[in-house]
Amino acid sequence: MEWEVVIGLEIHAQLATKSKIFSGAATAYGAEPNTQACTIDLGMPGVLPVLNREAVHMAAKLGLAIGAEVARRSVFARKNYFYPDLPKGYQISQYELPVVANGHLNIELEEGITKRIGITRAHLEEDAGKSLHEDFHGMSGIDLNRAGTPLLEIVSEPDLRSAKEAVAYMKKLHSLVRYLEICDGNMQEGSFRCDANVSVRPLGQAAFGTRAEVKNLNSFRFVEKAIEYEVTRQIALIESGGKVVQETRLYDPDKGETRSMRAKEEANDYRYFPDPDLLPLVIDDAFVAAARASLPELPDEKKQRFVADYGLSNYDAGVLTATRELGDYYEQVVKCSAVDAKLAANWVMGDLSAALNKSGKEIGESTVSAEMLGGMLKRIADDTISGKIAKEVFEAMWAGEGDADAVIEKKGLKQITDSSAIEQIIDDVIAANPDNVAAYRSGKDKLFGFFVGQVMKATGGKANPGQVNELLKQKLNG
Amino acid sequence: MALERSDVLNIAHLARLAIAEQDIPEYARNLSNILDFVAQMEAVDTTGVEPMAHPMDASQRLREDQVSETDERAHFQAIAPATEAGLYLVPKVIE
Repeated sequence: MEWEVVIGLEIHAQLATKSKIFSGAATAYGAEPNTQACTIDLGMPGVLPVLNREAVHMAAKLGLAIGAEVARRSVFARKNYFYPDLPKGYQISQYELPVVANGHLNIELEEGITKRIGITRAHLEEDAGKSLHEDFHGMSGIDLNRAGTPLLEIVSEPDLRSAKEAVAYMKKLHSLVRYLEICDGNMQEGSFRCDANVSVRPLGQAAFGTRAEVKNLNSFRFVEKAIEYEVTRQIALIESGGKVVQETRLYDPDKGETRSMRAKEEANDYRYFPDPDLLPLVIDDAFVAAARASLPELPDEKKQRFVADYGLSNYDAGVLTATRELGDYYEQVVKCSAVDAKLAANWVMGDLSAALNKSGKEIGESTVSAEMLGGMLKRIADDTISGKIAKEVFEAMWAGEGDADAVIEKKGLKQITDSSAIEQIIDDVIAANPDNVAAYRSGKDKLFGFFVGQVMKATGGKANPGQVNELLKQKLNG
Repeated sequence: MALERSDVLNIAHLARLAIAEQDIPEYARNLSNILDFVAQMEAVDTTGVEPMAHPMDASQRLREDQVSETDERAHFQAIAPATEAGLYLVPKVIE
């Protein structure tokens, strides 16, 4: 039987506020345990939550960026459950009336086809603390620094049909929240994490199959692997006469498999009800207008502009606009080099990206600045160096040996463009290889490459390749 | 709507309440009465009435995003039953 995979993602993005969603405690990552947990975060009796304006502003920005409705009135609710890293015994979240509803995001599939993925809702809520299960004399350790950190939970429609589509959607959203500067996107630190609802159904069947929810996937690769595993598991289970049970499963990256966590409690077992400590959140026109005014150029807009303004392919434009920083870097290179935008794109996506990957650096940490790369491209354009020598210059710049002009000067890499100097070398090569010259003149055209090689060797690769070709032809044929 | 003994036990479990065996019938009766009262209210036509999220006719005030709290861990942990390395210790929980 042919099966169709149905996936919906719930993505938790930690909002990049300075203070918590309902308290004035700091949200900085990596602080000593419990030094950023105040009475409100600890759920002490008698305290009251007060909502952080910036968190609401960020939620509105996301809503506008995904073409959603920013609710003029939304309501906070208590989601009740017991776990030691949730001191109050409930999480403040939004249930029936979320702050953002009915948006979408377009993803690009490999075939160059665009697919629209619906976003049901995005709601504000507080994060829980962290439980550490290492051995504390048979007890668990609780760090509540994360408790009360603002989260935006972004819930997609079950529109995704493969692990690849799920990853494409997640990457797109990851890129977007970073463009919007509402989330740092640091997946290792848990700032951007994902739960995947996965089910399968016979192809053509309208009703959804029973879904399993795979929790806490904190890398793109884990999302892909976990979904693939889950799909295989569910199909094998059904085909052998079994039934998928609705449950929460945990992905084990070491074993590459998912395992059952606990039977998912019925949604109404969370006994949601409006939080009496918080009044309804009302957003007026001015608030939405301010959020709209603060939107940067969005990834899709930037990509289209790169195609139109720089004549880049759709693919290249997509790569260069994956992050706002990379796009900015590229534009700065183009501006500084005044060369062909395609050449600049090749260098940014080629040697620069390779060097960044190799050293595990982000574009913002590049030792070669956009100005330096642009300066080097300028020297290719004005024939000071060849494209081949440029690779050597780039490596030296990456190693911290200064800008392109300094490297060219210090290493004597300036291209030889003086025709008489090149002619002299060619004459020497011709004089030293009489047999090959005779063979070439009698029709062995392939030997031309040999002469080019000899001239380049004699000049340390610094002769202008175009001039060498031209002059060699004249001399050999003449 | 009459709640069964199993419903009472489930509700008590969700709220992490220990209840005495002999009290179960009374809880079942009282909780059923509450549900009957809700059913009575549900019979009212509320077409066009906006659901009330809060009894006060006001909206949420927002605070500026500023860190105003300082580290008072030592103070808070002085009354905690068990702490170590800055962590609160609780009976082991593993799913």
